[in-house]
Amino acid sequence: MSPVAPLVLDEPLVETSDSVNNFSITVATVNGSGSQTSNLTILRALFKMGIPVSGKNLFPSNIQGLPTWYTIRISRDGFLARPEEHEVVVAMNPATFARDLADVLPGGVFFYADDIKLAINRSDIVAYPMPVKQITKDSGAPSNLRDYVANMVYVGIVAQMLEIDLATIHLAINFHFKGKAKPIQLNWDVVQAAAKWAAENLEKKDAFRVEPMNATQGYIMADGNTAAALGSIYGGVQYVSWYPITPASSLAESLNEYLPILRKESDSDRKTYAVIQAEDELAAIGMAIGAGWAGLRSMTSTSGPGLSLMTEYAGLAYFTEVPVVIWDIQRVGPSTGLPTRTMQGDLTFVAFMGHGDTQQVILLPGSVNECFEFGWKAFDLAERLQTPIFVLADLDMGMNQWMTPPFKYPDVPMDRGKVLWEEDLERLGGNWARYRDVDHDGIPYRTIPGNRHPHAGYFTRGTGHNEEANYTEDPVVWHDMLERLKKKYNTARDYVPGPVIDQTEGAEVGIIAFGSTEPAILEARAQLARMGIKTDTMRLRAIPFNTQVQDFVRSHNRNYVVEMNRDGQMCQLLTIEYPDKGSDLVSLAYTDGLPLTARRVREMILADMGMTPQEAH
Amino acid sequence: MADQTTSTGARIQVNLVGLSKSDYRGNPSTLCQGCGHNSISSQIIAALYEMDVIPEDIVKFSGIGCSSKSPTYFLNRSFGFNGLHGRMPSIATGALFADYTLKGLGVSGDGDTASIGMGQFKHVVRRNLRMVYIVENNGVYGLTKGQFSATAEKGLSLKSQGNNPYMPVDIAWEALVGNATFVARSFAGDPKQVKELIKAALSHEGIAVLDIISPCVTFNNQDTAMHSYQWGREHEVALHELSYVPPAEDIVVEYEQGEAIEVTMHDGSAVILKKVSREHDPTDRAAAMAVLEEANRCECLLTGLIYIDTTKPSLIEQYHLVDTPLNRLSEDRIRPKPETIKMVNDLMF
Repeated sequence: MSPVAPLVLDEPLVETSDSVNNFSITVATVNGSGSQTSNLTILRALFKMGIPVSGKNLFPSNIQGLPTWYTIRISRDGFLARPEEHEVVVAMNPATFARDLADVLPGGVFFYADDIKLAINRSDIVAYPMPVKQITKDSGAPSNLRDYVANMVYVGIVAQMLEIDLATIHLAINFHFKGKAKPIQLNWDVVQAAAKWAAENLEKKDAFRVEPMNATQGYIMADGNTAAALGSIYGGVQYVSWYPITPASSLAESLNEYLPILRKESDSDRKTYAVIQAEDELAAIGMAIGAGWAGLRSMTSTSGPGLSLMTEYAGLAYFTEVPVVIWDIQRVGPSTGLPTRTMQGDLTFVAFMGHGDTQQVILLPGSVNECFEFGWKAFDLAERLQTPIFVLADLDMGMNQWMTPPFKYPDVPMDRGKVLWEEDLERLGGNWARYRDVDHDGIPYRTIPGNRHPHAGYFTRGTGHNEEANYTEDPVVWHDMLERLKKKYNTARDYVPGPVIDQTEGAEVGIIAFGSTEPAILEARAQLARMGIKTDTMRLRAIPFNTQVQDFVRSHNRNYVVEMNRDGQMCQLLTIEYPDKGSDLVSLAYTDGLPLTARRVREMILADMGMTPQEAH
Repeated sequence: MADQTTSTGARIQVNLVGLSKSDYRGNPSTLCQGCGHNSISSQIIAALYEMDVIPEDIVKFSGIGCSSKSPTYFLNRSFGFNGLHGRMPSIATGALFADYTLKGLGVSGDGDTASIGMGQFKHVVRRNLRMVYIVENNGVYGLTKGQFSATAEKGLSLKSQGNNPYMPVDIAWEALVGNATFVARSFAGDPKQVKELIKAALSHEGIAVLDIISPCVTFNNQDTAMHSYQWGREHEVALHELSYVPPAEDIVVEYEQGEAIEVTMHDGSAVILKKVSREHDPTDRAAAMAVLEEANRCECLLTGLIYIDTTKPSLIEQYHLVDTPLNRLSEDRIRPKPETIKMVNDLMF
């Protein structure tokens, strides 16, 4: 192989403060080609170098063959929202080559597989060819495995050219293959061969590079679905019924992976839990409700279409007051929508999920760490409130790898709620009623099947019932039952996690958001601050809202409600709650299937303020 | 059974667990006078009383419809869950995991099972959940006032519905094809057989499907209708004379060698199937299929224990649960220890 002549730039590049630890790498590949391993390797290596990073996988609903992009944001300042600019692009897919080339920022870098015989028609970037097939072959990889490891070539070349520490690359490969010597060696050989080739054959002509930092110490890297599964295990989950659906499947699969490790009985291999793959979501939630009713910490996980099927039983669980936890990893709707893209679109649907008057309790984790925390808290809340608890994450949070503080062990003992066992009924002389509001908080007491006291049993029904759970159509009883459920919902306000509020001295406007948009909000807020626009932020963590939410809304004469949907669903819910503040609640809703960016947030706010981005700069 | 004297001095008959028949009763039925379902409720009460079952050991399940109301008419002391239309199986599949010592007793109907609930029915059957699954089958939707159900025979004529143009669903057949481990058919007009079959079903360690023709006296009891009392009485062909012998009781049913088949159940009880007019070995799946096919062709109401397999493990058995019922496990057995959290964080990158 002969050295490759670098392209000549119109203007020579100089290293700027922005080209070190402050750019993005976008990798364009073909779905199903094994590129996820390569992309995660780069992401994890950067993380181990101590540099704040985030990775977003923009993948198609397809097993093999369609284009996929993976964007890594490297930000020494810790701004980790999805970047919109592509400084460094790695082009491995002939089908998107032209578009990927066009997307590179002027002054940017373009790595491309040299078997793609398409013209590089730009002179304002640096382009590096990568002899992928040759290097894979030269690495010594057996011919039948070459297709699987070919993507490791760009890992080696990019690492070499951007100064990513190869030792951290090795750590990442070792982690990915769980210490299995053979695949580790195979992939590592390709990386080394590629790095060596680049060192010998490519002349560095661009300014982008990375330097070790110390900014990721005390963090781990994980995805929200794994965190949710682990949190559920620390919540003592006993029953999981689920049905496969993107992007929620990996949550249940993680339960299958970690339950056997974390819930080993000391003296036997017998199990304290059951995971069952149901025939559909109608059955998945039915099973979870049956188990919750019978006293198990019970859950299911799904996404929009599955949630639609679960609606009927969700309404019954609300009305019959059965504890159950439902994770909704939101994807793009309506309908089948975009199964592999992200959205915050199920809010109003879930808040009222069920026919008749229904009010559901919702938790809104805003980070991977919070997925863990809400994983165990959701069970406490479900059993305390005797109602379904919906936890709404989304595809971005659920399936992408995020830097996050380590998971923390639950800081309170389990709350199993108001349950009466044999000895309690004995003490009460059997005098109890399933739906009697003894404590005036709207939450009744319950017994659970298996309680052998002769007065323990009652008949649960979705039809009208009195305090003793017997059928009745009595108008007064019906009215009072629904009012008590409303009272219970109001009680929930003081149990669910309150909002996270961050205030700035002298700020007059508030930004209200929730969930995975947190990084975009933080970055936009910093950008606005630099422009002299002070903001307070409130990240909502649950519905129903507590008094802190009310105080925040009332203390700002303009509240921007930022969310990833079309209709401003959170803004609608806030407006219903605080109708008098309706005109001060401004919906900034946007959905295109991709994670929200800081620029979008900033520009939506500036537009409402009557400023163009140019004016603001 | 024995007599017991109450506090008021009255003598009442009690069973071996010291309960009287009234301990097995439910609320008064609100179904029509003469409804087949009421007869089945009575046989459930009688069977459980005679079997000395403690009501707290049973959990009742049902879906939606006239049949699904009936669990309130028996076993008031048992827990019960009246779920959604066609979705009884999923509730039971969750609930019974909570305490494996509990036995499920589900009552569904032909609409609840063979139409809206066909999916869940087939899946609970293939999973072999340990429960009695009774279908009170009357060929008609009673609670919505007389529409055809999926088990109504082709050509059935109903008031203001016209003629049924479709072939019926055969619930026993569906259960058998779906790998049920206990399939029986009976007739509410044959209470003795219903009672014995319920006892056998309760002793079965797996799903026990009882397809019981249970006439709807209001909407589908014309003499020519296949789900009517009259038609049933005239066309019932019992596969055998069936009797249940509790565990630890000597078999006193008399029969000649080769005249009966004895099936031993897990709990040591036995079902004696005395030959009536024909041979049928209910442990032979092919024979069971043949007998159902024959019943369709001869247009007769073939009743009895069609199929039984006592060798298959039940759903919950396959999960190897701990001895303590799951819903009685303390926090220390379901929340991992504090020291594990470091390992978990180390497992992440």
